[in-house]
Amino acid sequence: MGSDARRSGEGGITMSTKPVTPVPPMREPTNFNTKRMKLDQLRRSFVNNLVSGLAILSTVVVIAPLLMILGYLIYKGASSLNFAFFTQIPKPVGEDGGGMANSIVGSGVILSLASLMGIPVGIAAGVYLAEFGRGKMLANAVRFTADVLNGVPSIVMGIAIYSLIVMQQKHFSAFAGGVALAIMMVPTITRTTEEMLMTVPHAIREAALGLGVPKWRTAISVSLRTASPGIITGCMLAFARVAGETAPLLFTAFGNQFWSLSLTQPIAALPLQIYIYATGPYDEWHRLAWAGSLVLIMLIMVSVTLVRIFANRGVLKGGS
Amino acid sequence: MSLTQMTTNSESNPSEPRSTVRALDVPLPSAPVTTGPAMADLPPSPVRQFLSSRGSGKIADQAFAGLMLTCALSIFAIVIFIATILVLRSKLSLHAFGFKFFTSQAWDPVSGDFGALPFIYGTLATSFLALLMAVPLALGVAVFLTELCPKMLRAPISFLTELLAAIPSVVYGLWAVFVLVPMMRDSLGPFLVKTLGWTGFFEGANFGVGLLTASIILAIMILPIISSLTRDIMNAVPNSQREAVLALGATRWEMIRVGVLRNSRIGIVGAVMLGLGRALGETMAVTMVIGNHAEINKSLFAPGYTLASVIANEFSEATGDVYLSALIEIGLALFLVTIVVNTIARLLVWAVTRGAPARVA
Repeated sequence: MGSDARRSGEGGITMSTKPVTPVPPMREPTNFNTKRMKLDQLRRSFVNNLVSGLAILSTVVVIAPLLMILGYLIYKGASSLNFAFFTQIPKPVGEDGGGMANSIVGSGVILSLASLMGIPVGIAAGVYLAEFGRGKMLANAVRFTADVLNGVPSIVMGIAIYSLIVMQQKHFSAFAGGVALAIMMVPTITRTTEEMLMTVPHAIREAALGLGVPKWRTAISVSLRTASPGIITGCMLAFARVAGETAPLLFTAFGNQFWSLSLTQPIAALPLQIYIYATGPYDEWHRLAWAGSLVLIMLIMVSVTLVRIFANRGVLKGGS
Repeated sequence: MSLTQMTTNSESNPSEPRSTVRALDVPLPSAPVTTGPAMADLPPSPVRQFLSSRGSGKIADQAFAGLMLTCALSIFAIVIFIATILVLRSKLSLHAFGFKFFTSQAWDPVSGDFGALPFIYGTLATSFLALLMAVPLALGVAVFLTELCPKMLRAPISFLTELLAAIPSVVYGLWAVFVLVPMMRDSLGPFLVKTLGWTGFFEGANFGVGLLTASIILAIMILPIISSLTRDIMNAVPNSQREAVLALGATRWEMIRVGVLRNSRIGIVGAVMLGLGRALGETMAVTMVIGNHAEINKSLFAPGYTLASVIANEFSEATGDVYLSALIEIGLALFLVTIVVNTIARLLVWAVTRGAPARVA
């Protein structure tokens, strides 16, 4: 049906503008009623509806896997979550039960370490870009490098840190894992901090400077403070992104079946443990992997959603 | 250091006549008048005294700026450090195999002969297939969100698509292993053989794991990146463009095609490139479903291997220095390729969203 109609007309818009050129009064547009014009109209509205339909369809197709993943995860995960999951460490192979308490704590240790290192550096770099480097070549270069660093695969980060720290120390360690994740956090935080600082109106800074407040104090107490909701959002997003990373931890934190809080020892992490369990052959392991995924995703979703609410309420709108 | 600065400041301020200071600082005399004459005659304001006791001064400012600059420069340092350490550690394999490393199909840890071609093929094939699936869908979503969607639905749908980006790679992998792989083996695979078997891409045994499964999961993972960037780029097209095309009597699709897509095509290419960068480096989910077999095979059902997944799988059990440095060289190749792809992508996206608003092409 569509192909028939398509053959009859030529260009879309050019057709309709053509009849306007002659001088005579409004009588001319009557040729909209010719059969050819009508077919053309039909074709155009058909294509329009077709494409609109396709756009809606693709949205549905995109949302579907998300709902499927989430639904299946909740279904599988919730049925295997129990109290022991949060309190016990993994049981030896073949025994039922056990939990991921050490992985949850281990993830906490690595992530706090990463945040401790990554967030200050990221924010400081963002402050430089927005407050000191505006319009400078150097700032543009830093901005660009941050964007590029953001796209470096996490596995590459993993082997780089392995080569630097693990090879030197001759053992895997929680510290190495923390460094790898910290490096991944920096570019994201830098860019969001910069963007948030850009939304702070100049008038506020000028007001502070006009009162004789030194520039560093203006940056901290005025610009950063005004932009803080947005910056916190950025930090949380970077945190959420890094929380689920497995690849950089494979050769740095390495994983651990037992309790360990030492920064110089291999440490368990939730994503790592999920990976090990998911690729293992035992049903019990698979059950724990689902439960672990549910916990991990809850952690991430809750922080992302909190951030959304936070951002919508607090962030400066407009500005300049 | 800043302490001395503080004290000199707070001492010098009161000693100076107030009026000269003001004359130097504020050339326009009309500004302070509004506050009334009483303010003007006050001794050094408590605010100023307070502030200067808190470290007003050139040195403090410079120290702060220096600290911020150092942090900013550390980003350079990180990139340079990654590059150097990868080059250093892969020296052994760089020397042993040279450029042949990227054209050789051998991957034999026992005899110490390494070539990366099967992984390059796997990476390119999965990324290309993933883009093939993801780009039309992402464009559809972006068009829907910017042009067709009722305002009420816009926020929740874009939130949902962004949630897709928040799901960790390993969870995608887990889902793929237990849902997508059986689906591929039992229903989707046989269906593809029946309908597209003649193309020759769907031959051989279908175990569910393989290039195609990896591509599908990759497509799901890069969709949110492409669609949200494309959406931003389409939003950057000024409304006057849309109105102009509509005023000529165009249908909505013609408006989108002529007014929106044509204006934002450079940015869209950039967004696709960014998605490609993500796809090239994606590790965990792909490793879990691609089958991990170093062989070049035309069939999409065949198990494969990607650059990232060979590192993830074999790095911790690599024995021997050449083996390890061959794996690090693969990492180096991945690093360089993603940097090039990302650089091009960023330049393209910036050209659209940073510069002047989109213009008539």
